[in-house]
Amino acid sequence: MAKSWRFLIPLIIFGALVILLVIGLGKDPRKVPSPLIGKPIPEFSLPELTDTGRTLVDDDLRGQISLVNVWASWCSSCRQEHQALMVLSENPDFQIVGLNWKDDAQDALSVLRMTGNPYDRIGYDPDNDVGIEWGVYGAPETFVVDQQGIIRYKHIGPVDRKVWEETLQPLIAQLKAEG
Amino acid sequence: MIPELGHIALILALLLATAQAVFPLAGSLTGNRPWMTMARPLAYGQLVFVAIAFLALVEAFLTSDFSVHYVAVNSNSLLPDIYKFSAVWGGHEGSLLLWALMMAGWGAAVAVFSRYLPLPVVARVLGVMGLVAIGFLLFMLLTSNPFERLFPVPPEGRDLNPLLQDPGLAIHPPMLYMGYVGFSVAFAFAIAALIGGKLDAAWARWSRPWTTVAWVFLTIGIALGSWWAYYELGWGGWWFWDPVENASLMPWLVGTALIHSLAVTEKRAAFKSWTVLLAISAFSLSLLGTFLVRSGVLTSVHAFATDPERGLFILLFLCVVIGGSLALYAWRAPDVSEGGRFDLVSRESALMLNNLIFVAFTVLVLFGTLAPLIYEAFNLGKISVGFPWFNKMFVALAPFLALLLGIGPAARWKHDSPWRLTKMLWLAFALSIVLLALSSRESISGGDFWVPIGIALAGWLLFSHLTIVRDRLKHKKQPLWQALKADFSGNGRSFYGMVVAHLGVAMFIVGVTMVSNHQIEKDLRMSPGDSHEMAGYRFEFLGAQKVNGPNYRADRGHFRVYRGDRQIAELYPEKRSYLGGGMPMTEAAIDAGFFRDVYVSLGEAVGGGDWALRLYYKPYVRWIWLGAVLMALGGTIAVSDRRYRSASVRSSAPAAAATAPA
Amino acid sequence: MMTRPTLPLLPTALLLASLLSGLLFGGVAAAYTLEEFEFDSPAQQEQFRELIGKLRCLVCQNESLAGSQAELAQDLRNEVYEMMRAGQSEDAILDFLVARYGDFVLYDPPLKPSTYLLWFGPFVLIGIGAVVVIRTLLSKKTTPDQPVTEADRARIDELLNADQTADQTADRTADRD
Repeated sequence: MAKSWRFLIPLIIFGALVILLVIGLGKDPRKVPSPLIGKPIPEFSLPELTDTGRTLVDDDLRGQISLVNVWASWCSSCRQEHQALMVLSENPDFQIVGLNWKDDAQDALSVLRMTGNPYDRIGYDPDNDVGIEWGVYGAPETFVVDQQGIIRYKHIGPVDRKVWEETLQPLIAQLKAEG
Repeated sequence: MIPELGHIALILALLLATAQAVFPLAGSLTGNRPWMTMARPLAYGQLVFVAIAFLALVEAFLTSDFSVHYVAVNSNSLLPDIYKFSAVWGGHEGSLLLWALMMAGWGAAVAVFSRYLPLPVVARVLGVMGLVAIGFLLFMLLTSNPFERLFPVPPEGRDLNPLLQDPGLAIHPPMLYMGYVGFSVAFAFAIAALIGGKLDAAWARWSRPWTTVAWVFLTIGIALGSWWAYYELGWGGWWFWDPVENASLMPWLVGTALIHSLAVTEKRAAFKSWTVLLAISAFSLSLLGTFLVRSGVLTSVHAFATDPERGLFILLFLCVVIGGSLALYAWRAPDVSEGGRFDLVSRESALMLNNLIFVAFTVLVLFGTLAPLIYEAFNLGKISVGFPWFNKMFVALAPFLALLLGIGPAARWKHDSPWRLTKMLWLAFALSIVLLALSSRESISGGDFWVPIGIALAGWLLFSHLTIVRDRLKHKKQPLWQALKADFSGNGRSFYGMVVAHLGVAMFIVGVTMVSNHQIEKDLRMSPGDSHEMAGYRFEFLGAQKVNGPNYRADRGHFRVYRGDRQIAELYPEKRSYLGGGMPMTEAAIDAGFFRDVYVSLGEAVGGGDWALRLYYKPYVRWIWLGAVLMALGGTIAVSDRRYRSASVRSSAPAAAATAPA
Repeated sequence: MMTRPTLPLLPTALLLASLLSGLLFGGVAAAYTLEEFEFDSPAQQEQFRELIGKLRCLVCQNESLAGSQAELAQDLRNEVYEMMRAGQSEDAILDFLVARYGDFVLYDPPLKPSTYLLWFGPFVLIGIGAVVVIRTLLSKKTTPDQPVTEADRARIDELLNADQTADQTADRTADRD
């Protein structure tokens, strides 16, 4: 009976909706993908947090693989990932560059004194000038930049063991292989 | 001790709801009368125990019992008593309890007002409502217990979100939930009819007043929410197409379609399976809204603290309730007969188009709300869908609805002639064209294309409905006014209710059109003693001083507003810091009027006694909500029609039971 | 005598009362931080307001830059303001933000292949609905007429108005009240 098919349509639509919602439950709607993936890093120049006499510029991110980590002393998730960064800082395959974002230099330095400094260099960006260039909308965020200075990946939220093992480590291995 | 009592009461309510779902339904299938007669007492019992739980939570709030986790998070000892009370539903757990209370209240109301329904129908309706109640009570007990204790007991509570410390928002959720939950009655009637296989005009007549009452509550609830957003959020907007707003709009749109479709089913026995589908959909969308708001799948300014575990539970619940009923529909609806035949030009056709448009609106809202999810699910990227998209879509469809709305009520059932309709409505149409021409002039339209269209459509609704009323009364011997009075107190209530509601639409259109196109907004810096002219009003700033509220400190600005030389208002906008912490709140001051609001909000102190300020002039903004009030009033008048009254009300005593503590 | 229809009167009355009290006393209330921006002309100010109304505050979840108090929103407002003061066009400003934050920063998604689904999808669905309705309307003439029969009506009345006389008396008392 062709006619009774019609009455199944609402159930089918509902089924599709449920599938959609199940997928939706597993995603975080707050994450906004960056349009900068695959693009060269923006030009910038920032004083360094640890030594304001020196400047950090975009060229410092070329020639080796870098993790650019956006952090601030007021950001609690940054503390959460701090330990992971400390461990990663021993890895010779890449440098970790900090972007101290919308922060107070004294507060930021005291956090580093207390918990250790995982960063090779830290740019100090209290007014979000460079943050806007990089499309930063929260902390922590972590960008993976390849040897040519191309942004290859952006992780939103704290880096932990799972993120490292499942995403960052394979990516860095691949970048290394690409040379 | 009392919170534990509340917890136990909830568990008992769950047991009663389970019994209410099992015995009457089973009884109605096996013809076991004693089991069927259990439906009513069980419904009353469920209400009693949910009410006890609710009162226990109220008590915990009023006595500031911070050993209860939910109270500690949502209240504070400095909170004024009225907000301690409304804080009961200020968070996820308590609002669920309110929902459950209303569910039980509606169930008890059905039990009271169904004395002349056949027993199997009552048993099935209450059984289905029991099933739904099980879901909510279980949800609360398993994932969101409002009576959970907190140890160690904090000395002070975290305070109710300052945005919610407001009379508008204190009554908005109860109204909204009355509407959502009210649709469960129409839903239960539909499921009962599908189970019983008896889908006829009698079913439509039983469902109709219940549906209308639920729709009235929902209308009021949405209007209150919009009004609240307007004055509390401080940017002067009244609707932002936020997912949470959309979640309340979808059941309203389908509910509106349902009210109209039920009319056809009652009068002409047509659209039967369609009406049943709408009844299922209206409640399903209420449930879906709950899921969207509480599961965290979508982002919204006012979503509840979300939790995927809760999301999963509601999703399972949705699958059981909606999936089950749609499966039942797919199984039983093919046997439903087609109903009365009608011609292309007829009231039925007009109402069918009405339903098409309302369902189209619903599809738009659902699609727009879920589009970010669809894109993400198929890895199509992150998409932004916001107010511009919805506005464009709605503005594209709404004029068709308004045009149709002027014709539909004039058409006759079953068959009408285009010639007769033309003869009847040409004058109204001509008058609206005149209005279109008049309001196209620069001085009124301000050069905007939508202003004359909006005004002409509103005029068209007004003129055509006046024509329709006159046409209805033309054979009466009395003078028009007396005939109107006699007809109104006679059998005409549902007709006049419709007219009033439709005029509410006209008013709403005027409000939206004018405020969207003619509002004025200014950001300023003013020193005490400064004056500023805007839209013919002069705002004089007299300075700001510190004041203390019960649980906040504030800077309060002082303004005098003049029209010409005459002072028309003194306004005191505030910037408040609540002692409970959080962001400072800018409390706007509004001088409201029938034709315009003037609105001042205080920004930052910018040094030297100067303040940053924002001024608004909002023409006709109040017509938006007054339009909604008229719609709700129309619904109320319609339910008071004699034929529902005689059908449902036999005695005065039980009526009070229907008004659950809302 | 109480009748059920008085039930929705309560909320109607409540809303009416609150609206009227609003009419009389004005409302109070809101959440917006205004920074101080200086403009050369009211037109420029208007343009600025329009622009920040079109942009989404990324961290706030469905608030525009114009309406948000979040710090990031303030930074972006500042950025937009600086760019405007530097004489950049509206399109240049929007492009700048889109290049960094993606299309998501725009409230109004641009029309391009990836958004065809969004812009046209609903109309396809509605079109299908319209076709179904029109076909139903046209085919209605051939289906048999099964209106509410007299027997049905009698049954309804019997079910609904079991004691018609008692009821009418009750109604009349109600009317007098």
